[in-house]
Amino acid sequence: MLRPQRYIYDSLLVSEKCVPHKTAVVVEGKGITYYELLDSVRRMANALLARGLKRGDRVAVYMDNTLPCIISIYAVSLAGGVFLVINPQTKPDKLEYIIKDSGAKILLSDAHLGEQLLAALPLLEHVQHVICSGSQENLKNLNDSVTRKIESFNNVIEMSDNISYKVETIPNDLAALIYTSGTTGNPKGVMHTHLSMTFALGSLIEYLRLNEEHVILNVLPFAFDYGLYQLLMAIHIGATLILERSFTYPAVVFKRIEEYNITVFPGVPTIYSMLISAHRRKPLSFPSITRITNTAAALPADYISTLKEIFPNALIYKMYGLTECKRVCYLEPELLDEKPTSVGKAIPGTETLLLTKDGGIAKPGESGILHVRGPHIMLGYWKQPELSAHMLKEGELPGERILCTHDWFYRDDEGFLYFVGRSDDIIKTRGEKVSPVEVENVLHGIEGVREAAVIGVPDDVLGESIRAYVSLNEGYNLTEREIRKICLSRLENFMVPQEIVIIDELPKTATGKISKKGLTGAKM
Amino acid sequence: MSIREKIRSYILENYLFTDDQAALSDGDSFLDKGIIDSTGILEVIYFLEDEFGVAVDDDEMIPENLDSVDNLICFIEKKKK
Repeated sequence: MLRPQRYIYDSLLVSEKCVPHKTAVVVEGKGITYYELLDSVRRMANALLARGLKRGDRVAVYMDNTLPCIISIYAVSLAGGVFLVINPQTKPDKLEYIIKDSGAKILLSDAHLGEQLLAALPLLEHVQHVICSGSQENLKNLNDSVTRKIESFNNVIEMSDNISYKVETIPNDLAALIYTSGTTGNPKGVMHTHLSMTFALGSLIEYLRLNEEHVILNVLPFAFDYGLYQLLMAIHIGATLILERSFTYPAVVFKRIEEYNITVFPGVPTIYSMLISAHRRKPLSFPSITRITNTAAALPADYISTLKEIFPNALIYKMYGLTECKRVCYLEPELLDEKPTSVGKAIPGTETLLLTKDGGIAKPGESGILHVRGPHIMLGYWKQPELSAHMLKEGELPGERILCTHDWFYRDDEGFLYFVGRSDDIIKTRGEKVSPVEVENVLHGIEGVREAAVIGVPDDVLGESIRAYVSLNEGYNLTEREIRKICLSRLENFMVPQEIVIIDELPKTATGKISKKGLTGAKM
Repeated sequence: MSIREKIRSYILENYLFTDDQAALSDGDSFLDKGIIDSTGILEVIYFLEDEFGVAVDDDEMIPENLDSVDNLICFIEKKKK
């Protein structure tokens, strides 16, 4: 290919040309080459076009970490569409909200998620096509339960020809909507273009020093941009991605590391904490791994020495980012001991600014709100101009927009960044962002609940655990267990409070609002 | 209580927060159904160790042993032999 790589799917086209017979992806132990992957992607892209997909149309991908999910991501992209990957733990109400919000008319899913899917489908009249992966038997059971037809993913690919023409798009077109929790309660679709994503991809590969020899592990969901970019990076450099559904069965992951000589291990503090406790029971050592990365929440400094035992040959990368710009900064691994609590400096090709409350540049040692400048920042939130304006601010250049993270940081004399705190009350648990408002909305929806307030509580394994304080209407006798059960039916598992404290009255501020500060001091 | 009843009531009680027996089939994959995730599996191991007096090695923490009620029963019976 002579033209520059401008689109997310270009990575696959180029790698397929260079290394067609190399294994691109191994999913739960089963490999597929670049040639085979692109063949399926082309067929699925053609099938999507045949089902009416137009340039810029959103396609919902409600799938687990499966091969069909990977095919779907690239096929939507190649067909000129915009993919949105929805976490497989998503429950029907939120699934319906996200799909409606995005306006997706095509939904791709896995049959084993059928229960949630069946509950949401009757409410999604505007979805015209549903295609599901999975066994014929599972699909038949699904089809017996709905009036509309659910097509088989494998059949659709088999029956379709290769895409024969190029869909006209330009790199400014949207590539993905990545839904993320926000302070307002409802998830928002972060708009990323081919431009912002291909730029971020290049920057990440540069500082992680990756090449085609690498074997990258991914146990994180593709709905989480950290997981998604493991796929995009592996395909871009013509490496191999080893995909697992989760870190639930660590022994399976350990076996894969040895079997495939995995070199890159991307994790979040919860995973590292589980690794460390396993290592204490029975020593672990993974000498093949040369890179471990951490983001989503700070890696406690006292983990480092144990991680060096488990990964004796690995560079350890501490990073910080947000979906709105993919990643902000990283610490060069060689500086880990010198700057143990820093998250480093801006990723290549971007810069960060620390602005004080009055808009001035913060001096070294002085706290400021972190702002980000570069081609990697989002276009905004899908159909949310006000929320977008809250995050994207006027830059110094006329017309330029910079991203306000709303997080407090300070810099040392050498310019290294240190996280100070958040300026909103988002909870970070198991590496996922949880909006207290979203959980509170579910609690308020339970019959008998008068008031509810949700806070994050520091936790060694989870980063923060979720605690809900609930007061009940008179005559109601709900138990903690009953409330958790309802939460579990409406929220992703990681959003369900670990603790529910039923109290008579929630503490209030002078103006009558619930005082979360008062709650942190409240006794259990 | 039989092993099956003990395991079923533990999973229903702690992960599904219900005593409705219809909420869980013995062949249901915990992963597929989103019942147990990475932080939950250690609790299951501790439950097996406490309740049935079996020691679970790290390399036994695989879906074939742990990912459904049926698999758990087979695993415990194998370990008890």
